[in-house]
Amino acid sequence: MTAYLTLIVILPLAAVVAASGEDGWAGFWAAVSNPEAVAALKLSVLIAILAALVNAVLGTITAWVLVRDRFPGRSIVNSVIDLPFALPTIVAGLVLLALYSPSSPIGVHLAFTRWAIFMALLFVTLPFVVRTVQPVLLELDMEMEQAARSLGASEFTVFRRVVLPNIMPGILSGIALAFARAVGEIGSVVLISGNNPFHTEVASVYVLNQVHSGNRSAAAAVAVVLLLISFVILLLVGGIRRLATRHEYA
Amino acid sequence: MRRLALRTIALGYLAIVLLGPLAMIFFKTFEHGFGAFWDAVTAHESIVAFKTTLLITAIAVPLNTIFGIVCGLAIVRRRFPGKGIVNAFIDLPLAVSPVVVGVSLFILYGRGGWFYGVFENHGIQILFALPAMVIATMFVSLPFVAREVIPTLREVGEEQEQAAHTLGASGWQTFWRITLPSIRWAVIYGVVLTTARCLGEYGAVAIVHGYKTTATLQVQDYYENFNQTGAYAVSLMLAVVAVIVLISMILIRPREVEAA
Repeated sequence: MTAYLTLIVILPLAAVVAASGEDGWAGFWAAVSNPEAVAALKLSVLIAILAALVNAVLGTITAWVLVRDRFPGRSIVNSVIDLPFALPTIVAGLVLLALYSPSSPIGVHLAFTRWAIFMALLFVTLPFVVRTVQPVLLELDMEMEQAARSLGASEFTVFRRVVLPNIMPGILSGIALAFARAVGEIGSVVLISGNNPFHTEVASVYVLNQVHSGNRSAAAAVAVVLLLISFVILLLVGGIRRLATRHEYA
Repeated sequence: MRRLALRTIALGYLAIVLLGPLAMIFFKTFEHGFGAFWDAVTAHESIVAFKTTLLITAIAVPLNTIFGIVCGLAIVRRRFPGKGIVNAFIDLPLAVSPVVVGVSLFILYGRGGWFYGVFENHGIQILFALPAMVIATMFVSLPFVAREVIPTLREVGEEQEQAAHTLGASGWQTFWRITLPSIRWAVIYGVVLTTARCLGEYGAVAIVHGYKTTATLQVQDYYENFNQTGAYAVSLMLAVVAVIVLISMILIRPREVEAA
């Protein structure tokens, strides 16, 4: 079992790390600090943060509505949330392109701009915060909120002082996972972004282009940066989970 | 009043971000009638691409399912050397970009890579052929079964297994009669998620594929060759599978919760 994991996951990743260091630290740094690579990484990180934050707010609202509100069709809405997990990303990309291209039936022309990348990332990261906040809200004891209300707290105060602190670990894990997903996203972005260097070329597309033009070490170096980001995110999520459970047992 | 406002915001957002695109697939696919759609789906390239995707899925899903069950049992019930490493790396495929997976395999099996000579000397082509596409798909869909099985195994506990053991059941018997039935919905749920991920994989196979294309690669291929009808027809088939996946998730989830 450990051998399977090593063969499928660990060895390939070790190989890419090794390849990025073949020309020494200077070679790695030169590849990573190439202006086009820097622009692509910056763009990916920036739009990924924006998409994660927007979905943090709207995802929390959605989770609240799904748990506390009662309306016909609620269970259907609940299952539609997972659509971005189930739909192949390239299909999402193709459809968003049709939706936002000059021949768009809704008259919104975003294709080949940074806004198009943002919309694609919003789509693929939508379920994360909803799915991390929802179980916490379900477990949350409503008596705490009633107590706060009976002591004269306004609805906003109840949310800010009682509900929010409880769901905060969920929101933070959701943001981290959404960011990890968005920063390396390719399928939904590759058709719609136009892949214009320094403008709409995201990090993953940059890596793909480097591979296709035979630039092995540049591809490896930027891939390692993306890999490092994933590692940091996983550590963060683990840390948040530990903090949250310690809080529970205290 | 506030409740209604929040409901409107949430549902409005979901409608714009999720349902708009889904409706668009159906609209675009049948824009030129059902005949055009059917011709595109049954075109030679489409059929070959579907077959490749199914073949890759048929290899990756069983292997990852066995791995997921064994891994879950080992993590929850046993101590073993390398447990820390397994724990640390098992979630990585969920957080890492598919492009990074593709580049990693490209370097490991490509010219100058550690495994290049091993297979090249025996005339086996890994990179730019089916094997690399299978490995890439296995990588990205690795953790799904394990992630469903692990919490369920923790919930179910060990008592029934111990009881079976004291009554003289062998390890195999205990596994088939006690453990597997108690985690079966978690396994099925994990298999559904794994299958969905395998069918939809794009970024990693985009780097390591050769002449063969999968359904997702065929979508891009058609699009870039100005065959819009073809691109949407294959997309619709993939979207239909995605909807089936969603429906099976709804049907399975309550049973999983009940069993746990």
